[in-house]
Amino acid sequence: MNATIPKPLAAPATQAAPILEMRGISQVFPGVRALDGVAVALYPGQVTALIGENGAGKSTLVKILTGIYRPSEGEILIDGQPVRFANAQAALNAGITAIHQETVLFDELTVAENIFLGHAPRGRFGRIDWGRMMAEAARLLVALEAPIDPGLRLKELSIAQRHLVAIARALSTEARIVIMDEPTAALSRKEIDDLFRIVQTLKDAGKAVLFISHKFDELYEIAENFVVFRDGRSVGAGRLKETPQDAIIRLMVGRDVKNAFPKLPVTLGGPVLEVKAYTHPTEFRDISFTLRKGEILGVYGLIGAGRSELAHALFGITRPSSGALALEGRPLTVATPRDAIAAGIVYVPEERGRHGLALPMPIYQNMTLPSLARTSRRGFLRAAEEFALARSYAERLDLRAAALSVPVGTLSGGNQQKVVIGKWLATKPKVIILDEPTKGIDIGSKAAVHGFISELAAEGLSIIMISSELPEVLGMSDRVMVMKEGLISGMFDRESLSPETLVRAATGNA
Amino acid sequence: MTTQTPETRNPAPAEGSAPRRAIPDRLGTPFARILRRWEVLLFGVAVAIFIANALASPYFLNIWNLSDATFNFTEKALIAFAMALLVISGEIDLSVAAIIALASTAMGAAAQAGIGTAGLVAIGLGVGLGCGLVNGFLVSVMRLPSIVVTIGTMSLYRGISYIVLGDQAYGGYPESFAFFGQGYVLGPISFEFALFAVAAILFSVLLHATNFGRQVFVIGNNDFAARFSGIPVERVKFILFLLTGLMSGIAAICLTSRLGSTRPSIAQGWELEVVTMVVLGGVSILGGAGTIGGVVIAAFVMGLVTFGLGLLNVPGIVMSIFIGLLLIVTIALPIIAGRIKAMGKS
Repeated sequence: MNATIPKPLAAPATQAAPILEMRGISQVFPGVRALDGVAVALYPGQVTALIGENGAGKSTLVKILTGIYRPSEGEILIDGQPVRFANAQAALNAGITAIHQETVLFDELTVAENIFLGHAPRGRFGRIDWGRMMAEAARLLVALEAPIDPGLRLKELSIAQRHLVAIARALSTEARIVIMDEPTAALSRKEIDDLFRIVQTLKDAGKAVLFISHKFDELYEIAENFVVFRDGRSVGAGRLKETPQDAIIRLMVGRDVKNAFPKLPVTLGGPVLEVKAYTHPTEFRDISFTLRKGEILGVYGLIGAGRSELAHALFGITRPSSGALALEGRPLTVATPRDAIAAGIVYVPEERGRHGLALPMPIYQNMTLPSLARTSRRGFLRAAEEFALARSYAERLDLRAAALSVPVGTLSGGNQQKVVIGKWLATKPKVIILDEPTKGIDIGSKAAVHGFISELAAEGLSIIMISSELPEVLGMSDRVMVMKEGLISGMFDRESLSPETLVRAATGNA
Repeated sequence: MTTQTPETRNPAPAEGSAPRRAIPDRLGTPFARILRRWEVLLFGVAVAIFIANALASPYFLNIWNLSDATFNFTEKALIAFAMALLVISGEIDLSVAAIIALASTAMGAAAQAGIGTAGLVAIGLGVGLGCGLVNGFLVSVMRLPSIVVTIGTMSLYRGISYIVLGDQAYGGYPESFAFFGQGYVLGPISFEFALFAVAAILFSVLLHATNFGRQVFVIGNNDFAARFSGIPVERVKFILFLLTGLMSGIAAICLTSRLGSTRPSIAQGWELEVVTMVVLGGVSILGGAGTIGGVVIAAFVMGLVTFGLGLLNVPGIVMSIFIGLLLIVTIALPIIAGRIKAMGKS
């Protein structure tokens, strides 16, 4: 299908026949090819690690396996027989079960009810056999070495216990293929050990496990095989124990990422924003850095590393428990977004539909929202001024829209993002925080947004760019701050940037 | 002779080489934009009802009868203007009728104590503001849902009125106090109608021509985005509750003056009529959209229906059935039309 796809490394001869095989799977969404001819094989009694950056297509693959998406191309074989899943139930019936990052469980129901929701043991006349359900639930939990009373309501359990319930639920269907999608993200080390014991039980029972995680130390501990995805393609597969971590990171990030985003050379000015020991009660600790004029500071890290939370605190949405800010040498207190905007710090949120825009309202009204004081006179709106302001930024950003008065919600994701960025630029900020600025937007708009960010920096705007996309971080940043579990785990200059060092700092496996 | 195909006459610009296309401010002609509006449909309904009334009853087209008819809606509409802003911002106040009862009771007690007209007006306005303050505090500061808060204060405010009055009534208002509900400023134009017209203009300006009004729309459309854009969301909502309380106080002055007496059951059930007027006027009950113009027309529609049916000796309960049907039909029509349009496209 594509010459650049390396052939999956041949499985050793001792390998049993795979339970599940996916061949040439592609998933096409309007404008995006989320998966492009990927191949994955899962073997009985073995764990296969699925590795890749955010957006590499891992979640799409999981959704195909669990019957939520139907692939555009390719075939799925179970025990050598081709199968097609019409819906999630069909995948479940075929013996595939998934434990998600956030499995949907119900707080007000009991542990047993959660485990057997949708497939409760039935008695006569189709009535639920509560006694058997409790007994079965208890049996499953004992097998997981999880001393949880199946009669408790879920809301009375800890996060780790809920997780065990989710696993029990996944196993209650007698699945042969178990998908674990970042199961350890919210767990402590001890809980992870418990989880790995469970995975071992699954292996002993001959089940095939697909294990998705960003943490290499865990993967090397638990997985036999690996598959690496990059940009929707499977770029490598093989035996994990025989493959050094560096080789896998190279597969993950590719090699030619640095020249993908030519950033304009900028002479950096003096310090603009100084963050001193910023600390949040739960999300991040002791964050200190200095942002210079015209600088793009990339902020890289795994999801949950505290990057967005830091941005929220800098913008006044949440308040830090300690720490200080200084803007252009003067101390600054940011208690509300109003304070931040007034001082010249603005934030382009990750979820632009939910946090950044009033989608049913016209483009120009969204654009002028934080600048109303400038476009109005004595509190009265002036439409001509609003249109003029909106027009100047719409043209600068090359916005594609039928008219400035159409609702923002009618625009494409990329153009919506241009409106959010334009809205904030119109306030003439000193510091702009971009949170995943190109998430979910098409390639063309992506390049336009990157070009624009680079221009802004050249004009002297200081930029904090949170991004989970390595090529973007590497290509755009003057410096990169890596965060891990709420702490700064590395600060790298452009000269010393390499994908491997960033990934290593983010995943914490030096 | 060469025939040109459409393709050769309008060659598609090559990708990337297209000249940057200027974005117009608005689409279509101003006239076409107006025709598409909800208010136009509603205005058509109002005209139809007017004509039907004129045909059905020979007394309808009398200027003094028509002037009388406006009393059916002026007091409710005064509250509906403020309620429209509140609903657009995503909140609601169901205690407005109870505020009337409490304000009227307070004025009645003050009148008994011999306080003059100016004092009574001040008390009416003050009680209205005070009640709005309580609602606003509970919603904006304590962050409680407004529907729950105002159902609670609805019982609270009217309950106080019942405790004070029981099955008694206050009367004996000063003669000059009668002007607000019974006086005329010019020919057949009553004071209430003049107040309604002035309030309509003021609220229209506030909602559609000021930064404050814009903020109300943004809050109703996306509370998060409003906060993320530096809008003081809680402060705006607090002001809206104050404003609604104040307008309820003004309505209480007018109604008390018109009736000349206060019973604890005064304005019973008005909160739903006010909300009906707001929704009929095209304000989205989910927040984020609506106009004062629409509420003005809706006020006329409801007033004309009530008055016309009254002239035909139709009992009150049938009138409420009619208003209910009107509400459902006018809400349903655009939704059904939208679905038909969507089906045509797909």
